[in-house]
Amino acid sequence: MTDLPLLSVLIFLPLAGCLLLLPVWNCRVSARPIALGVALIELALAAWLYASWRGLSTIPAQLPGYLLQEDAAWIPAFGIRYTLGLDGISLLMVMLTAFTFCVALTVSWNSITEKTGLFLTLMLVMESGIMGVFLALDLALFYLFWEVMLIPMFFLIGVWGHGRRIYSTIKFFLFTMFGSLLMLLAIVALHLTHAQQTGVATFGLHELLGTQIAPETQLWLFGAFFLAFAIKFPLFPLHTWLPDAHTDAPTAGSVILAGLLLKTGSYGLIRFGYPLFPQAAQTLTPLLYALAVIGIIYASLVAFAQEDMKRLIAYSSIGHMGFVAIGIAAWQPVALSGSIIQMANHGVTTGALFCLVGMLDERAHTRDIRAFGGLWGKIPRYSFFFLFFSLASLGLPGLNNFVGEFLVLVGTMKKAPLVAALAFVGIVLTLVYTVRLVQEVLFQEERQPLPLADLSLREFSLLVVLALLDLWMGVHPAPLLDMIHLPVQLLTGTP
Amino acid sequence: MDMITIPAVNFTPILPEIFLSVLAMVLLLINVFIPGDRKAYLGYLSFVGIVAAGVLVAAGWGGHIESFSGSVVLDNFATFFKMIFLVSAGLAVLISDQYMEREGCNHGELYPLILFTVVGMMLMASGTDLMTIFLGLEVMSVALYVLAGFNRKNPKSNEAGLKYFLLGCFSTGFLLYGMALTYGATGTTRIAKIAAVVGQMSLPSANIMLVAGMLLMLTGFAFKIAAAPFHMWTPDVYEGAPTPMTAFMSAGPKAAGFAAALRIFLVALPTLQVEWSQVLWVLAVLTMTVGNITALRQDNIKRMLAYSSIAHAGYALVGFTAGNGTGTAGILFYMLSYAFMNIGAFAIIILVGKKGESNGNVQDFAGFGVKHPVLAVAMSIFLFSLAGMPPTAGFIGKFYLFSGAIQQGYIWLAIIGVLNSAASVYYYLRVMVFMYMKDPTEEFDWMQVTAPMALCVAISVIGSLIPGIIPSLILQFAQQAIKLI
Repeated sequence: MTDLPLLSVLIFLPLAGCLLLLPVWNCRVSARPIALGVALIELALAAWLYASWRGLSTIPAQLPGYLLQEDAAWIPAFGIRYTLGLDGISLLMVMLTAFTFCVALTVSWNSITEKTGLFLTLMLVMESGIMGVFLALDLALFYLFWEVMLIPMFFLIGVWGHGRRIYSTIKFFLFTMFGSLLMLLAIVALHLTHAQQTGVATFGLHELLGTQIAPETQLWLFGAFFLAFAIKFPLFPLHTWLPDAHTDAPTAGSVILAGLLLKTGSYGLIRFGYPLFPQAAQTLTPLLYALAVIGIIYASLVAFAQEDMKRLIAYSSIGHMGFVAIGIAAWQPVALSGSIIQMANHGVTTGALFCLVGMLDERAHTRDIRAFGGLWGKIPRYSFFFLFFSLASLGLPGLNNFVGEFLVLVGTMKKAPLVAALAFVGIVLTLVYTVRLVQEVLFQEERQPLPLADLSLREFSLLVVLALLDLWMGVHPAPLLDMIHLPVQLLTGTP
Repeated sequence: MDMITIPAVNFTPILPEIFLSVLAMVLLLINVFIPGDRKAYLGYLSFVGIVAAGVLVAAGWGGHIESFSGSVVLDNFATFFKMIFLVSAGLAVLISDQYMEREGCNHGELYPLILFTVVGMMLMASGTDLMTIFLGLEVMSVALYVLAGFNRKNPKSNEAGLKYFLLGCFSTGFLLYGMALTYGATGTTRIAKIAAVVGQMSLPSANIMLVAGMLLMLTGFAFKIAAAPFHMWTPDVYEGAPTPMTAFMSAGPKAAGFAAALRIFLVALPTLQVEWSQVLWVLAVLTMTVGNITALRQDNIKRMLAYSSIAHAGYALVGFTAGNGTGTAGILFYMLSYAFMNIGAFAIIILVGKKGESNGNVQDFAGFGVKHPVLAVAMSIFLFSLAGMPPTAGFIGKFYLFSGAIQQGYIWLAIIGVLNSAASVYYYLRVMVFMYMKDPTEEFDWMQVTAPMALCVAISVIGSLIPGIIPSLILQFAQQAIKLI
């Protein structure tokens, strides 16, 4: 094992990459490969971690379930520490992050023509922030990264977006900011409660886990955490920022929003919300179930009525994340594993769908479903991938989404059969709107003569990689499930 | 016949004050011999003087010397605040010349007046006698009235000066009356003695004269720090005053008001904490809310920052209401950070503005991010810091203040504060929306980034960022500073 602080490298490498971009700030041609190079190094690092996680897990760690840890004093006056930790769940998210950024940078290779230097810098800063969110084990540090990742997204949507981009980006920022500030108060309150009980001032997750909190206070604190995470999730009725943000974001922004930012909400609930406030979480579980089920059904119905493809996929995201929420609410090993796998699945599949819509938008300059038709005959390669990822999205067995949804439903069936049944209705509805999308865009007669070219080599290779990943995660999810097995067991307390 | 015995006096505690007063008078003399187009030299001289005073102040760190029969003290609390005053004065001096030159009011008296203001503020921070504090406040205020109306050809500036003068006098009356009543109730003006006398009272809150004195003093200070509902003068004065002076007034004198109020209320009247913290609670909520809601509707950035500075005083009042170690140290930390981020933002406004205070609306910033990327990034840092986003100093400051409130059980106050903070994000973001997300309508070719301006922006960026990333640098001083009170 090397002595290199790998987790810090993961977080700060993209940030350091920004410095490399400075000399070529105005030179788009040389800036793009540098940024992608940095992202690829990150991916290689993540892949190396994945390849060696079994070896790492044999090293006796301070905390059970963790593969790597780093710890240093940061703000001693408050007891805030720079604590990072990597377990199976974080590793999966780290891999997803590193991968998604490569996808986002590749897909926007030609589409970002203005202020490219700024764009690439923001992307790398955001990668740092998101890595930090998935690795931080100190609540104050977590909060820091949580906010830091917001800022680049704000600019990404606002500067390179389309339509009502400014309205959407401000809405997105204010929604998330509102929730996270209340979470900050809850973090401070938790910290102070712990300090009162033990005399130790700390923000460390594992120190705070044992804090005894009165049930009513616990409910308030969990409520604040829950609100912040539910906004990011997004759960009904806090989802209204998402369709706007997705629709108006540039393709790279949509890919990252769907692939990663939504995941930070569910990750936060798994890592912090439930473990810190078990009783309150138990009390509020029916609420989470209800919101998730309403979200799945409502989002599917709304998705059916959409004419804008991006908006449709945005609503489908709300539905898919509803399954993640159900799995968390069940808080049971099978369902929780399903949720975590589903987070990765949704990131890949929906990311791919956003890429596809982005490619179509670049060619036809419209995303209106009514403008298209008969693509299957015109641009067959594109259409194949469109069909492929649509099928993955609706949960075709053999492709990845099926695994996650199946596990979630199986796990939930034991605990809350009614919820599982309703969620199943949701799957059927997903089928309805996805089939409509595929039928109208690919198979119906051509409605407008649009000059469309088939995939370029760059686009083709990107989609091939995504498709292979989808297939691999669908056919052989066992290695990933293996990786998250121990952390999930530790979290749900079922050794 | 009895001789009047003059007690032995130790001048060390007021060494920086003496130095700055002498410097100011020397500058007034030099001013006569400097031609009108070279007034910048006075600025350079006073900046050097401020840095030197900073060294003098820093040398006093860690000491505790009382002097002038216990009416002035040199302690860490005073030292920390003196540094805040020097920082805000130093930055204000840096941005003054270019602005004054442009507006055609580059009179050399500006710099001595700023220095006198600093002397007054320093006396407020180190005064341990109600009279010393009052004297300091007057020295500060009189110089500030002139500074507010310094652009004498501009009616708005005149209005600002007059308005500030009238309302300032009015509020001083409250303060003085409050001090008189406190003297009546306790028989002394020494802060330590007041504390002793009040401590021996069986039920101080039933002593009507004392409570009335406390409330009147609170009103006086609320005027000075522009706490709602005593903030009515602020927007007009801040808008009318020359922009560098607005920047200065919203940072330095406000901190001075907090310094004096903290010392009086925490040292002299801790036994009445239950009473005054109730009043402060209401003031804090009103101040934050009124400041933010009005700032939301402003198109003029100067006016927007003026209202937002009201809101920022409100955040500091949250820490004051808590009245505990965390809250108090939070005020110190916040006031220092605020000086950097606020004056930095004003520096950018001055750079973008044109003669006659024009070109100061948020729409005029359209495309600024494209035309001046470095300055736009600096402005974004200031705005994010003002909005309280990590990893900036503004975030750590708010974190500190709200932690203090929660620690003391003021949960609702913290929640209201946080909601206010979320609302404030909107108007700060709006500037960034225009800077980055709108197409430029102008070339910004009139902008001249002179060396002092660049220095001010650079210092401000460092001051808004570094305490956010490595807060311990400042925190440890802030925590030591409040130990004595």
